Amino acid sequence: MKKINSMNPVKGSALAEGAVACPAPVSGHTSIQMAHGGGGRLSHELIEKLFFPAFANAALEERHDGAVLDLGDERLAFTTDSHVVSPLFFPGGDIGKLAVCGTVNDLAMCGARPLWLSAGFIIEEGLPMETLKRVVESMRSAAGEAGVQLVTGDTKVVDRGKGDGLYINTAGIGRLNRTGLVPSRIRPGDAILLSGDLARHGIAVMALREGLEFEGGVESDCASLVRPVMALLDAGVDVHCLRDLTRGGLATALVETAGTAGMQFRIDETLTPVNETVRGACEILGLDPLYVANEGRLIAFLPEEQAEAALETLRRFDETGGACVIGRVMREGSGTVTLKSAIGVDRVVDMLSGEQLPRIC
Amino acid sequence: MKFIDEYRDAKAASRFARDIAKTVTRPWKIMEVCGGQTHAIIRFGIEELLPGEVTLIHGPGCPVCVTPLELIDKAVELASRPNIILCSFGDMLRVPGSRTDLLTVKAEGGRVRVAYSPMDALEIARNHPDKEVVFFAVGFETTAPANAMAVLQAARHKITNFSVLVSHVLVPPAMEAILSSQGNQVQGFLGAGHVCTVMGIEEYHPLALRYRVPIVVTGFEPLDILQGISMCVKQLEEGRAEVENQYSRSVRPEGNLNAIRTMSEVFEAGTRKWRGIGEIPNSGLRLREAYQKFDAELRFGLADSTCEEPADCISGLVLQGRKKPDECPAFGTLCTPDRPLGAPMVSTEGACAAYYRYRGNGTAHSTTAGGTKGPDEQRKRS
Repeated sequence: MKKINSMNPVKGSALAEGAVACPAPVSGHTSIQMAHGGGGRLSHELIEKLFFPAFANAALEERHDGAVLDLGDERLAFTTDSHVVSPLFFPGGDIGKLAVCGTVNDLAMCGARPLWLSAGFIIEEGLPMETLKRVVESMRSAAGEAGVQLVTGDTKVVDRGKGDGLYINTAGIGRLNRTGLVPSRIRPGDAILLSGDLARHGIAVMALREGLEFEGGVESDCASLVRPVMALLDAGVDVHCLRDLTRGGLATALVETAGTAGMQFRIDETLTPVNETVRGACEILGLDPLYVANEGRLIAFLPEEQAEAALETLRRFDETGGACVIGRVMREGSGTVTLKSAIGVDRVVDMLSGEQLPRIC
Repeated sequence: MKFIDEYRDAKAASRFARDIAKTVTRPWKIMEVCGGQTHAIIRFGIEELLPGEVTLIHGPGCPVCVTPLELIDKAVELASRPNIILCSFGDMLRVPGSRTDLLTVKAEGGRVRVAYSPMDALEIARNHPDKEVVFFAVGFETTAPANAMAVLQAARHKITNFSVLVSHVLVPPAMEAILSSQGNQVQGFLGAGHVCTVMGIEEYHPLALRYRVPIVVTGFEPLDILQGISMCVKQLEEGRAEVENQYSRSVRPEGNLNAIRTMSEVFEAGTRKWRGIGEIPNSGLRLREAYQKFDAELRFGLADSTCEEPADCISGLVLQGRKKPDECPAFGTLCTPDRPLGAPMVSTEGACAAYYRYRGNGTAHSTTAGGTKGPDEQRKRS
């Protein structure tokens, strides 16, 4: 615990020169906070300071969405994800669709074609059988669309009150036919592509969870990105790196990738698409769409001269129909991301700190 | 997006910036009162467009930042009691008290819920008759009417397990405290547009007159702010000190009379302590005697205390506009949004948070990817 430094307490109408006073410190966290799982800086710290040192190895060091593993002549990608969304069903998806799409997307971001999935179900006592059936049916359908088989699994039931109805973990294996798509391949001059509009998932789930209604409604962007990514690679586009956007939003993904790649990125705020209703919701709640969760969007780094071809390919698919160029890789550097604001001035983009909390007024 | 995009137009912004540059002949220091304006200024990079003669000073208008340490401690104490549900606006949860913050209390099992409106808290009270529900009634004149309405509704519907922990503050007394302080540098104000939407602009005339200071009630979009600065600079250059309304699409001179009536029914003005600043006479609201049964401090017998504040952070000076956030030695090192020393580093309206988020933390990012991947959605139990 950091010691509280003593100084004069604030007394009286203390606006005279030098009347300094300030809140006391809260030390480093001694227990897990929600923000440790929020996809922002605390998540990042937990991984860097606890998990990486404990499990250090070459595959982990790549710090990508999945591990790329050489197995004789074969090159495999391997990843895992746990899903704890509440409510279980939301506009545009459900926990089952998320559990499949999340893991196949992570494999696709490595440049791998997803082949097999495992599924671990942690079910709370009392969950209606009908609910579980709906989730399983949704997983079956999502797996079919992504072209993967669910080949192994596990089921555990916990006491009533000790789970949120249902948690699902999935792990996945995919095959790579090419060099891995990793941040270290990003080069100055690369175009930065975004596959569609931002912040749908976060706003859709928040609206449902908090009973907020927005005119027009908002559907989650939850989708498998396997088909468009495979099409992009099959078309011969020299993609340097792919990254799917999740909890920390576009901003966190960009900052993390810039850091790993040791590059400086510049994006243009007016080029980042946000649906009108989502934007309205963000304005009302005081949230920045750059930091709101997505579940079916990716960013791609590739040579600028191939950007048009890449856009053409991505736009053939519904799930990446809104693809556009949002910026470029400027130069090698310490990993900063700058954003040209709506009024044309550059500013720094930081990763998410804590959770985004609705403001007072 | 209608009503947003037209106020973020780059060409119009340049036009306003050119007008300001043409008008200005000498240095002026203008304070934007509201933290929402501070964030817009930093987020959109408005200062980059201004001529060197115009300096913006960030004001005290961040309700989270000025809520006294002692009140946060009281909220923490209430949330830690077994039979109480404490409801609060989201951005109060990360603000450090003297020992801990509400998010940590929540992590340790305290019942803390994020509410979007005090009426949500009232609904929780209705649905949990076996629990005491306390709403942390924080904010300026902007949030006071809704909080007053919640108290009125609780009285009308005889909801006896609802109470409020009041920490309301008022803008004009704080502006006067700044103007009358020794070494004041503020020569003009951008008034807080949303506060004036509720209260109107009449109460600012005496201030403008007494202190010979122009006050331009201003909105929150980039063009609002640039136009507000332009109007303020024009007054300064012409030697005028008037109250003008840039934000007329929202602010009526008389304010929102229904809201004012509701507020006055429930609250009365009283002396309040501002975090980092100190006590300012008649600068806050407290429950009138007829509604004191809804006062959480009285209901739960919370003892008054005085907490000592630490020396490492200068948020008191930042809130008074005497220092910029990046002039603090702790900025970005000892004090970050994840481990804040002061409230302005965690509030969405705090100047330190705005500097950290939009201008970088002064140190290069040495961040690395990986691990925060995963499409799992964070679960909230609220």
